[in-house]
Amino acid sequence: MNTDSIFSSLDISHYIYLSSVLFCIGLFGVLTRRNAIVLLMCIELMLNAVNLLFVAFSSYMGDSAGQLFVFFIMVVAAAEAAVGLAIIVMIYRNVRSTDVGLFDKLKG
Amino acid sequence: MLSALIFGLPIGFLVFSFITILCALYVVTNDNPVFSVLALILTFFSISAHYVMLNAQFLAVVNLIVYAGAIMVLFLFVLMLLNLSKENEPKVKYGWHFAAVFAAGMLLIILAASLHKSSEQIMRNPAQDIGMVKSLGKVLFTDYLVPFELSGILFLAAMVGAVLLGKRDKNNETEARDSSNNPS
Amino acid sequence: MSTLFLALLLPVFGFLFSGIAGKHLPEKITGWISSLTILGSFVLSIGIFNDVANATSGIAAVGFNFLSVGDVIVDFAIQADRLTSIMMLVITGIGFLIHVYSISYMHGDPGFYKFFAYLNLFVFNMLVLVMGSNFLMLFFGWEGVGLCSYLLIGFWYENESYGKAARKAFIMNRIGDLGLLIGLFLIIANFKSLNYSEVMAAASTGAVSTEVITAICVALFVGAMGKSAQIPLYTWLPDAMAGPTPVSALIHAATMVTAGIYLVVRCNVLFELAPAAQQLILWVGLATSILAALIGLKQNDIKKVLAYSTVSQLGLMFIALGIGAYSAAMFHLITHAFFKALLFLGSGSVIHALGGEQDIRKMGGLKKAMPITYYTFLIGTLAISGMPLFSGFFSKDEILATLFAQNTLVWALTVVSALITGIYMFRVFLVTFHGGFRGTHEQEHHLHESPALITFPLIVLALLSLLGGLINLPELFTQNNAQWLKHWLNPIIGASQESLHHPEHHTEWLLMAIAVGAFVVALLYTRNKYIAKQSIPESDAEMTDLAKLSSNKFYVDELYDKAVVTPTEIIGDTLQKTDDSIFIGAIGGVNKLFGSIANGFKFIQNGKIHYYLLYMVAGIVIIMALNLFR
Repeated sequence: MNTDSIFSSLDISHYIYLSSVLFCIGLFGVLTRRNAIVLLMCIELMLNAVNLLFVAFSSYMGDSAGQLFVFFIMVVAAAEAAVGLAIIVMIYRNVRSTDVGLFDKLKG
Repeated sequence: MLSALIFGLPIGFLVFSFITILCALYVVTNDNPVFSVLALILTFFSISAHYVMLNAQFLAVVNLIVYAGAIMVLFLFVLMLLNLSKENEPKVKYGWHFAAVFAAGMLLIILAASLHKSSEQIMRNPAQDIGMVKSLGKVLFTDYLVPFELSGILFLAAMVGAVLLGKRDKNNETEARDSSNNPS
Repeated sequence: MSTLFLALLLPVFGFLFSGIAGKHLPEKITGWISSLTILGSFVLSIGIFNDVANATSGIAAVGFNFLSVGDVIVDFAIQADRLTSIMMLVITGIGFLIHVYSISYMHGDPGFYKFFAYLNLFVFNMLVLVMGSNFLMLFFGWEGVGLCSYLLIGFWYENESYGKAARKAFIMNRIGDLGLLIGLFLIIANFKSLNYSEVMAAASTGAVSTEVITAICVALFVGAMGKSAQIPLYTWLPDAMAGPTPVSALIHAATMVTAGIYLVVRCNVLFELAPAAQQLILWVGLATSILAALIGLKQNDIKKVLAYSTVSQLGLMFIALGIGAYSAAMFHLITHAFFKALLFLGSGSVIHALGGEQDIRKMGGLKKAMPITYYTFLIGTLAISGMPLFSGFFSKDEILATLFAQNTLVWALTVVSALITGIYMFRVFLVTFHGGFRGTHEQEHHLHESPALITFPLIVLALLSLLGGLINLPELFTQNNAQWLKHWLNPIIGASQESLHHPEHHTEWLLMAIAVGAFVVALLYTRNKYIAKQSIPESDAEMTDLAKLSSNKFYVDELYDKAVVTPTEIIGDTLQKTDDSIFIGAIGGVNKLFGSIANGFKFIQNGKIHYYLLYMVAGIVIIMALNLFR
């Protein structure tokens, strides 16, 4: 790979915009979609947007802490996806649906 | 060649950003959840390409293996298990789309507004080897050893939890049959 | 020093004992222990009397500091000077006799122990009133006796009308107390002290203007009006006859109602500086004396006659105070205590023997069955009507003589009042005890003389009514020892009485003859009407209009009801409705308002995640925006 830094011509602000756009698209999905599984997927999308920004900053500043943090975010995302899906499966067994709008037993 | 400039930006960046955003939009708007999963996998691929361009080769590969290879497959498994498709997708009122667009849009504007001047305040110090396994490993196993071990415990807990939660026994079956008769 | 406190606190011990332990002890023990505490106080009072005879300025004992605000320092302090020691003797002496009487009278009543507790409490409060060395102690005792009066009038509280009578007494007293309080406030404001000695000394130096002193005196007199039942605050006293007879004797004849007189005598220095207030006292006393006597003419309840008689005699005492004859007023106070207590206790004996009958038209012919009661009651009646050489004769004569020398018109009207007094008293006596018995057969069978515990106090009081005049014989009769009481009280009232004119000796004989003449006229008239003609008072249906007027108490109670009570009730009702609608409505409205606001916002918590997520995002956006644009 050509390891000439891409940052000779690119400013960090572009990565900031890209990451923000991805984050907000993910947010839009979280607010809009009713299927619990697709909801979790949109959350994964948001996490990835943040990962991208971390890596960009890490590369920009020469600090490896950013990439290591991405590492840990992936750890957490994996664990969360596993447990979350298990819960959804269990709910589906009881309610026969994954519509998030039906889970309102905790209303005030 | 990837560094060639169009509109003052490297062509690689443009192409891959375009793919990322397009696939992300497809993820959130498509009715069929299976297609959403596939689109998300494509998104991960393009993000990995970004990682490569940013000298984070290790993370690019890990991203592909973990995210696209494991987590998304897991999602797909669950989708197949529950047999969800386009018809089961819940309907959403249009007001929600507007509200969500508005909220997300405001957040975008604010994020961009807060962060766009940050490039002037950060010291630019691009390094060559920062994304290599060797250098990452060195920092990981010295400065960040405790979080590393803790993440192992986290995985253990998640695994145990997922297994327990997914266990199907006789009670669950009767519950499932009863609740299917009287939908809650 | 300590004897003062002991004399004061013995009744408190009796109160606590009777109130706490009396319920479980036999009646005799409770009654006698309560009575003995009063006897103890009486004995100590005699000792104090002896001590004060040598020390003209009196002995004092200081308790503790009650309040000190700026210049005003008020202590719980008691003292015994000559005026106080006389009052103490009267209170504890007659109190003891009445306690003994009550042991027999209240026998069998389920509230026996309570009665003695209240009686002891009353004696304590009365002692505080007369022994206090500042106006605050006076007020403390004043309120205390008012409270005990309420408790004792409404003693048989199961009867609602008795309770109402008790309330009436308390409320009318309260109205008077307002005047007293205003007087105290004015004293504090102008004299910066509440101690008698300081106030009197400052007043005589002329430091405070006459108008202020007149205001103070009028305010104090309003308090005396309430406590001593003068117009317009007298209607509670006849209603207070709802209480047991010993209560009427002790509180509403001998001691509590004399508190007003005591107050004026104590403040004689102030009243001397306010002639306008003295005129007020004079005319109010005169009006009360005549009005009450007229009402008493046509009453048929034996206790009510005596009640109106008390009001009338108090009016007479206030007449004496109005012209500045303080020692004469005190003299009449003491003799009145003797014979009025005697009359009340005698009427109690009659009521007891007749099983609760109080209407004199249903009595008669009791002379043979109850000789002791008969003769003691006769002595009391003669004393109050002014039979020569009885105590009442000397005290009334003292007042009339001094009155003649100051104001002849008032003197003439007072003689008229004395005449009417004689008439109604003989009426009551003759109708009750003479003629044939008009009660039921059953009552006739049970007719008997009252037991010794009742007749013993009657005899003692009869002796005192007979011989009580000796304490202040006029100079006409003896040259030495004359006017002992007047000299005894000299340190307190001497300066005020210097300006009193005294009639010449021959004028005084003439006045005495006129008084005796009035007495004889009353005696002959009633003897003629009730013995010779054997007439009994008519029933309510047969009365003439004038008689009806008197019998219905000149409709004063009805007037008060229409003029004062009903408007107050209307105001109370209106205010209550306003309170209900406005304030409670407002607060309830605030309650409802917040409830509806909360209800309106209830939709936020619908349990659906996507709503919560939207709210979360909105919150984050707002916070970040605020931070961004700071």
